Amino acid sequence: MGSPVSNTPNHPDDREGPETPGTPELSGPPAVPHQAEAPSPVGGDRARRASRKVDRIDRLAELTARRETTTGAGLWVEAFRRLRTSKMAIIGACIIAVFVVLAIIGPWIAPYSPTAQSWRGEVFPNRGLFVGPRGENWLGLDHLGRDVFSRLLVGARQTLLVGVVATLIGFTVGALIGGVSGAALVLGGRVGQRIDAVIMRFIDMMLALPSLLLAVSIAAVMGQSLTTVMIAVGVVQIPIFARLLRGAMLAQGGSDYVLAARALGVRRRRIVMAHVVPNSLSPVIVQATLALATAIIEAAALSFLGLGNPDAAQPEWGVMLAQAQRFFDQAPMLAVYPAVGIIITALGFTLLGEAMREALDPKLRS
Amino acid sequence: MALLTVDELSVTFTARGRRDVTAVSGVSFDVPQGEVVGLVGESGCGKSVTSLALMGLLPRRGVRLGGRADFDGTDLLTLSPSRMRDLRGRQLAMIFQDPLSSLNPVVPIGVQVTEILARHRGMKGERARKEAASLLDRVGIPDPDRRLKEYPHQLSGGMRQRALIAMAVACAPRLLIADEPTTALDVTIQAQILELLRELVDQEGTALLMITHDLGVVAGLCDRVNVLYAGKVVEAAERRPLFSDPAHPYAHGLLGSIPRLDAPRGLPLHPIRGSINDTIAWADGCAFAPRCDHYTLECLEGTPALAEPAGLGQPGHLVRCVNPVLDSSDLHTPLLEAPVPVASAEGDTAAPSSGAPAGTPSDTTPDTGTTPATATDGEPGDAPGKDTPA
Repeated sequence: MGSPVSNTPNHPDDREGPETPGTPELSGPPAVPHQAEAPSPVGGDRARRASRKVDRIDRLAELTARRETTTGAGLWVEAFRRLRTSKMAIIGACIIAVFVVLAIIGPWIAPYSPTAQSWRGEVFPNRGLFVGPRGENWLGLDHLGRDVFSRLLVGARQTLLVGVVATLIGFTVGALIGGVSGAALVLGGRVGQRIDAVIMRFIDMMLALPSLLLAVSIAAVMGQSLTTVMIAVGVVQIPIFARLLRGAMLAQGGSDYVLAARALGVRRRRIVMAHVVPNSLSPVIVQATLALATAIIEAAALSFLGLGNPDAAQPEWGVMLAQAQRFFDQAPMLAVYPAVGIIITALGFTLLGEAMREALDPKLRS
Repeated sequence: MALLTVDELSVTFTARGRRDVTAVSGVSFDVPQGEVVGLVGESGCGKSVTSLALMGLLPRRGVRLGGRADFDGTDLLTLSPSRMRDLRGRQLAMIFQDPLSSLNPVVPIGVQVTEILARHRGMKGERARKEAASLLDRVGIPDPDRRLKEYPHQLSGGMRQRALIAMAVACAPRLLIADEPTTALDVTIQAQILELLRELVDQEGTALLMITHDLGVVAGLCDRVNVLYAGKVVEAAERRPLFSDPAHPYAHGLLGSIPRLDAPRGLPLHPIRGSINDTIAWADGCAFAPRCDHYTLECLEGTPALAEPAGLGQPGHLVRCVNPVLDSSDLHTPLLEAPVPVASAEGDTAAPSSGAPAGTPSDTTPDTGTTPATATDGEPGDAPGKDTPA
C-alpha cells in the first residue's frame, strides 16, 4: 500500500534487518506488507475482523508469489500433482462434481414437479400433521404438500447459478479494479502510486463492512429479485479479488524476470500484460474456488431473509430453509435437508480451494 | 575512445528517517569496444548496483546518482526513462545471475525472445520466429524450433542461460553487461557459457562488462580487471599483471586465499581476516585498513588516490593504496595457466540475488563468517575473525 515497500518495488535497500536464515531465498523484494494497515484505533471488533480478512488475503497473494524456482516442474504442473494425492482435494472435487451434475440434470430426474402441491390434502401444518419420508416421497412432503426431494434437486440449480454468477461478478470486477491498481503500482511513478492508494482505500472501506450486512443493504436497495441476490453477493466479493490480484501483481512486479524484461527494453504495458498478470492469477483462481462456497452460503442467507426470488414457489435452498423454519418444532427434518445441502456444497468448494492453496504453497512442497 | 566511460559514478540510497547508504562511491573505468572488462569484488561491494545504475534499472525514488557514464557520447545517468528504454535491449543489454528466475515461468521461450525482436526490430510473425530460432541456434541451443515452444522449466540451467544470452544479443547490442552470469551454473556449463560470451565478443566486437566475484572467471575471460572494495575501485590492471603482481593488499589477499590443490596436507588456508563489515568510511581513510596486514597510520589520512605505484613499473596498473604490495613472489596463481576457469573462488553460489545491497545490515548476517573469496566452501574463513586492529 502506501508503505515504503511498494514505493520502490525493486529497491535493493528495502530489506532491512538481518535476514532470517530459515526463509527460502527470495528472488524479489518482500512481497506484500504483512500487517494490514487498516487502522484499528480502539481495537474495535469490526476493525479487527476486517484486518484479519485483509491479512488473509495478503497472505494468499504472497504465498503463491514465492514460488520455488529450483524445482524443475512448473507451478501448476507441480500443484496438480500434489492435488491428486491430496484426500482433501479429492473429496472436495467429488462433492462438487456430484453437486454440479445434479444441478444440471436435476429438473429432468426429479420424480415430481417441484411446484405442484400434489399432496395438498395430506398435510395439515396448523394441526401439526406432516408427512415424513415414504416410498412415494423419499424425503417426505413440505407444508404445502410438495415433494421435498424434487424441490431439493431442482433447487440445486438455483443455488449453483447464484453462486457461480455472483462469483463471476466479484471476480471480473474485482480483478479489473485490482489489475488497474496493481498495474498503476508496477508501472511506477508517483501518479501510479496515487491511483493505487485511492483505489485501495476504497477497497479497504468495502472490506471493513461485514459482508452479509453489505449484501443485505444492496439487496434491500435494489429490490427483491434473483438478479439482486447475484449482484449483492458478487459485490461483496469484489474487494477480496481486487486486493488479492493487486498484492500478487505487486509481488511479481519485483521479480527477476520483470527486471530482466526491463533490462531488454520491453515496454511497460507489455511487461504488465504479458508477464505480471499471467503470473499473478493463481491466487485469484484459488480464491475463486473458496469464494464459491461463501457465495452459496450468502445467497442462501439472502433468500432466507426473503430478499431472493420473489416467486416463493420456485425451489431454492435458502427459501426452503426459511419456509421450514416456521414449522421447525413439528417437522425439523424439513429444515435439515436444505441446510445439509448448503453445508455439504460449501464444504466441497472449501475443501478443494484449501487443497489448491496448500498445493500452491511452496513452503509445504517436498 | 572507449565505448563506455564511467567517471566517478556514485550511487547513494536514501530513505526518509534512515541514514543514507552509499553503495558505490566514485567508481571510474572504461569499457572499450571488443574487450571484456571485469568488475570483481565480494558480495556487497557495489558491483551489481553499478550495473543496475548503468542500465537505468534502479528505482528513481530513493536513489541519488552522481558522476557520469558516457556511452558513445550520451550520459546514461541523465537520459530520460523513455530514451533509456529504447536504448536498453538495442544498444545495451544485460544478462542476469539466475537464469531460471530471469525467465517468465508461464511464457514459452519463443514468445520471450520474439517480444524483444518485435520491440526493437519491428519483426512479427513467422519472420520473428525464424529469427528467434536462428538466435537460439547461434547460442548453441540444439533443436531451436522445439525449444521455442517450451517453457523455462523444461530447459536445463545451461540452456536457460543460453536463451537469456540469445535474448540479450538479439539486437546486436554494442555493450553487454553480464552480472555473474555463471554463478547459478555448475562448472562445466560455466565454462561453456564463458566460451560463448568470449565468442560473441570476438566475432561481433561487442564490449562486455563482466561482473563477478569469481577470480576463475576473470582469469579465463577478462582483458582488463577492476577490483572493487566497499564501493571504490582499489586496483585496476590488465589481467596478467593483476594476477602476477597484485599490488593492493586486498587483491593480494584474494589471490593468496585461493586454496592450492598441490599444497601438502594440513597446510592452513590464508583467509583475509574480518569481513566486509569491518570497514571505515572512505573519507576517513582506506576502507580496507581494518582488515589489512600492511596497514599503517598513513592509511587513515583521507582517501588514498588511485595511482600507479612507483615500484611496479606497469603502465595502466592503478592501485589505491599507500602501502602497496610490491613483491608477489609468494603468490601461487594457478588461475592464469588454467585455460578453463576453476570453480568459484567464493563458493557462495547461494549468494543474495543480483540486487544485493552494499553495506546494508541485511547483507551481513549470512556472510559474516566467511571472508568472501577465501571461501573454500565456506567454513574456515572466519577463524581469525573479528580481532580487527584500530
